[in-house]
Amino acid sequence: MKNRRKTVQKIWFLLLRLAALLNGAALLLIVYFILSRGFTAISWEFLTKAPENSMTEGGILPCIAGTIGLCLVTIMAALPIGIASAIYLNEYSGKGKIVRIIRLGINNLAGVPSIVFGLFGLAFFCIVLDMGVSLAAGGLTLAIMTLPVIIGASEEALKTVPDTYREASLAMGATQWQTIRKIVLPAAFPGILTGSILGISRAAGETAPIMYTGAVFFTPNLPDSIFDEVMALPYHIYVLATAGTNIEATRHLQYGTALVLIVLVFGMNLTAIILRSKMRKKLRI
Amino acid sequence: MGHNIKMHTKGLDFFYGDFQALENISIEFIENRVTALIGPSGCGKSTYLRCLNRMNDLIPGIRVNGLAMLEQEDIYESSVDVVSLRRRVGMVFQKPNPFPKTIFENIAYGLRVNGLKDKAKITTIVEKSLKQAAIWDEVKERLNESALGLSGGQQQRLCIARALAVDPEVLLMDEPASALDPIATQKIEELISFLSSQLTIIIVTHNMQQAARVSDKTAFFYMGKLIEMNDTDTLFTRPELKQTEDYITGRFG
Repeated sequence: MKNRRKTVQKIWFLLLRLAALLNGAALLLIVYFILSRGFTAISWEFLTKAPENSMTEGGILPCIAGTIGLCLVTIMAALPIGIASAIYLNEYSGKGKIVRIIRLGINNLAGVPSIVFGLFGLAFFCIVLDMGVSLAAGGLTLAIMTLPVIIGASEEALKTVPDTYREASLAMGATQWQTIRKIVLPAAFPGILTGSILGISRAAGETAPIMYTGAVFFTPNLPDSIFDEVMALPYHIYVLATAGTNIEATRHLQYGTALVLIVLVFGMNLTAIILRSKMRKKLRI
Repeated sequence: MGHNIKMHTKGLDFFYGDFQALENISIEFIENRVTALIGPSGCGKSTYLRCLNRMNDLIPGIRVNGLAMLEQEDIYESSVDVVSLRRRVGMVFQKPNPFPKTIFENIAYGLRVNGLKDKAKITTIVEKSLKQAAIWDEVKERLNESALGLSGGQQQRLCIARALAVDPEVLLMDEPASALDPIATQKIEELISFLSSQLTIIIVTHNMQQAARVSDKTAFFYMGKLIEMNDTDTLFTRPELKQTEDYITGRFG
């Protein structure tokens, strides 16, 4: 009897471990796959030149610049609005009816398919607000899509700040705003930042929201205004793989582009982790 | 030497939603004296303490009836500025809760939020407050290190220094030594006796010996009511009510 219980436990333990390992295996497989096929495409030229010869040769610099530009617009729009919303919801709002409706809205925003964001961005930013297909329209569309993630991460981070900090601050005659600005936010900031960067790195890889709003098939120029249209890494992969002039011949360029995108996203995530641990250290020591 | 009444409540009732946590509490707190609030867990003594600087306002659904006065001012009057009330009536909490900042910044914070910008003045007051809280000698070499690196007892004295920095008239202490070891507790108690000549202290404690050691007056709370209040010596040696005697001799609670 005793042995049987132990065996059952062992089997379950093994299954749980396998499930966990599967995640790591999936990541390794993707990275290996992309790396092995894309590595040969990577060269200095590939990273610093525009596509040439109907996008069958040359580099992807406009795509890299475009994706970074889109991320910057997204950060500048989504970070302040997201953090401000989270502060309102977590620190000021209480639990009234309007707040419940706002929360419901945010949760549902998180569930909207990315292609719907794309169509909304086209209709609203490009047409109604007359931004055209541009960095601004694409970045703002990505920002709306990312807002629920940033709000969620920021609220979680604010919740981890002990109430005793708030009480101590209020008890010595600080206003609620002073308490939030000088005690709560600094303590929550590492968490807010990490969550936000993770959300934005997710947005960096999205294709559907930008294919109508910010990214174009081809433009050899780098953007010099937020109202310029841009190329973007994920859309470039999509274009080369489905609508390029010579799909088979540009396989290595597709994998090379994917590799650059993955490195960019991992780089952002790594930055988030490093920043967080640095700031946590600064808070504690 | 006069016995000025610094704070008092008259017929104070307190409700969490429908639950009445305090019933008809009338107490006078004498200026520059220590008053201890004792009683079993859940008797309302902490709730009462938090009425005195309106810390309970942070909880939704609370209601207060009756009178709570700081000198001549009704602190629940709608015209009262809660922020400045809390500056005048400071608080030290059960668990040491220094901010995740340096030792210096922990003290300077209260000065800055109250509008002091003069750096020399801030430095002076930081030193004065740390000396007042009997922790200066232990931290003077490490003012720019994190307050979280201090021991529990040091952290609590830092929190007392932090509360003193904004020069409160009344100091509320909510079981300030309950999370500390005996030696740290003794230091806090010595500090309370030392401070009592400078400001009015109201302390909630679970520890009867502590109440007897540090306070001039003691109020015994039970089930949201004030059962008995008297000079500490009298209350502990000749309590008027059987209920009080049972509690202080450890027969219940």
